Amino acid sequence: MALIRIEGAVKRFGTAVALDGVSLCVEAGDCLGLVGESGSGKTTLLRTINRLTQLDAGRVLVRGDPVDTLDPVRLRRSIGYVQQDGGLIPHWTCLANASLVPGLLGRGDPRADGRRALEAAGLDPGTFADRYPRELSGGQRQRVAIARAISAGPDILLMDEPFGALDAITRSEAQQSFITLRESAGVTAVFVTHDLAEAILVATHVAVMRAGRIALQAPAEELADSATGYAAQLLEKSGVAG
Amino acid sequence: MSVAGKSAVVALAALLPAVSGPAHPQTTQRPVVVASKTFAESYLLAETFAQVLEAHGHTVDRRPGLGMTELLMQAIISGDIDVYPEYTGTGLAAVLGETATGGSVQVFNRVSEAYEARWGLHWLPPLGFENTYAIAMRREAADSIGVRTLSELAAIAPGLAGGFSPDFIGRADGLDGLAAAYGIEFRETRSLLQAVKYQALEAGEVDVIDAYSTDGAISRYDLTVLADDRGFFPPYDAAALLSRAFREEHPEAVLVLNRLSGRLGVEAVRRANRWIEVDGLPIAEAAAALLQEVGLGAGSAGPESGADGTGGGDGAVSVILALPRHIWDKRVELGRQVTRHLLLVLASLGAAILVALPAGVALERRRRLAGSALRVAGVLQTVPSIALLAFMIPVLGIGVAPAVAALFLYSLLPILRNTYTGIIEAAPEAVGAGRALGMTEWQLLRRVRLPLAAPVIMAGVRTAAVINVGTATLAAFVGAGGLGDPIVAGLSLSDPVMILSGAVPAAALAVLVDWGLAGTESLVAPRGVAEGRR
Repeated sequence: MALIRIEGAVKRFGTAVALDGVSLCVEAGDCLGLVGESGSGKTTLLRTINRLTQLDAGRVLVRGDPVDTLDPVRLRRSIGYVQQDGGLIPHWTCLANASLVPGLLGRGDPRADGRRALEAAGLDPGTFADRYPRELSGGQRQRVAIARAISAGPDILLMDEPFGALDAITRSEAQQSFITLRESAGVTAVFVTHDLAEAILVATHVAVMRAGRIALQAPAEELADSATGYAAQLLEKSGVAG
Repeated sequence: MSVAGKSAVVALAALLPAVSGPAHPQTTQRPVVVASKTFAESYLLAETFAQVLEAHGHTVDRRPGLGMTELLMQAIISGDIDVYPEYTGTGLAAVLGETATGGSVQVFNRVSEAYEARWGLHWLPPLGFENTYAIAMRREAADSIGVRTLSELAAIAPGLAGGFSPDFIGRADGLDGLAAAYGIEFRETRSLLQAVKYQALEAGEVDVIDAYSTDGAISRYDLTVLADDRGFFPPYDAAALLSRAFREEHPEAVLVLNRLSGRLGVEAVRRANRWIEVDGLPIAEAAAALLQEVGLGAGSAGPESGADGTGGGDGAVSVILALPRHIWDKRVELGRQVTRHLLLVLASLGAAILVALPAGVALERRRRLAGSALRVAGVLQTVPSIALLAFMIPVLGIGVAPAVAALFLYSLLPILRNTYTGIIEAAPEAVGAGRALGMTEWQLLRRVRLPLAAPVIMAGVRTAAVINVGTATLAAFVGAGGLGDPIVAGLSLSDPVMILSGAVPAAALAVLVDWGLAGTESLVAPRGVAEGRR
């Protein structure tokens, strides 16, 4: 059974069509990279999975249940989420940020979960636990954001341009450490990026979006071979093809 | 909270029961509320009413200098005050809008009948003297020009500047009527409070002023009163004006007041006015001496006599020198006024926080509504304070309630605007992420938005508090007390020391409140965020 299934998703903002009948599946253990240019609908699609966006038509099923039958707060607590700017709560320490979801779930020792998550994200809790977000570098902040997303041990992780704001070197480190983290945790992930090369590097499967539709979908390693039309152009631009 | 802030709160908490409790619990009957207008003779007459009533065992609640005619009329019609000294000519021309036909008796009969019929108000027989408007100039100026009458004034008025009390400018029997009757047109007309009018005339800033014929200042400043040769001003016989409730509930008190009718002669009143305005005798003592002189003595001054003169020394230096001494002498009364002042500010500010804070939070979710809500609060802010206070009287009467209500309305905008802005600007990306991870809206508000917005909200509270400390001085005009009391009394009595004894502490209080709340802004700023944001 697919962990995430999207069927004929349609979403309009006024007269603009953000999603124009999108269907896709993400199997447990997969990592799907959603690629596309600004306005292609990739972020909107991501946000339908944890009910941050309500569909006008079609449906989204998570773990077999249509999401609109689930309580949005409980659904969101069961899914990790990382956004481009990190979105750390500025007046909370790194550990408080990392312990957020276990705390919301009423776990016995949220701070222990937070420490483990910081460590898993590559940050030494002894050094970073009591620091505030503004005392960290961009890369460190993003690691705290990832720690916060995985601290309650979700089976699904959603990420919106998680490495988009990082410089090239930091970005490469963050990508590598995420690959390791995801594989060791066995978490199913969907992540949005405008960079096809990043998607091919990090993801197991790639879906290319254009104008609210899926232009191409394939396993990452096959993508370079099967690309035609728009996807081929994107590949060429990203320097992966050839 | 700063130490100063803390001790102010402690002091207020200790005094709360004293302020809210009834003033005279030992009597079963409610006290007689005696009010006056904002000039010395009105204070004097009201004080004689109060002393005569007290001498006969009645409890009196003094509201000296409560306001001018319009405000007192509203207050007496609504029953917030029981009695105040009024003049028949004022009632006829300013209130009824009629012109005089006939003499004193006809005018008295006319106002008695009309007040009774329209509002159930009762005029006691006149006190025995007339205090008409007097148009006055410096004696030397009048002599050198050779002007003696208002008709002669009309010829030279285009070259002169007039300075008149706002009351006189605004009423039918005042400047407009006078100008029409004599064809007087001044080069320039200025609105001047009673207190500064004489000084402005003496300094030559204006050439002509309105005064009262019994004014002690006429001789003090050596003025010439121009003759009303066409009989424009109606007779202004002073009398006690009684509310309907007072007459029904206190028939014996009415009889007591009635004893004053016909007893206060013009010479005696003029002398008493001089004692106050020239010799600086406290109002209570002048009233007692006046009663003694007309054979109604034995009145004792009440503990709360609203205003007493300090003898206006001339010159800025002597005023400043006299101020510390005056403040020291009045420290107990001043302490009470500061407490009342802070209470007005705190009550209105507290209510405004209770309303504007949740409203500002709620508006974040209805941003389209926010624009109009902020505009309404902004419009409230632009209503002149005195006008806002006056609007409150028909609804809330006089005293603390209308003052707190007006100050409350003034406090809304800064708190509402800062709460709304603070909430909107509180780390929107962190709010988005928190929501995506399953924080409820309430959790986002309580744990993320409010802590981050706290310094901005505090800045709004601080703005409102400082505005309120200043505006609360005007609360004295609706009888709410506070540091405005000495200011209003001092303005009425041309006593700069008394004015400053209210104004200086009020200014100091504003600075202290500002400083104390500035401290709390950085205290409420959450750790981990760069300096308290504005």
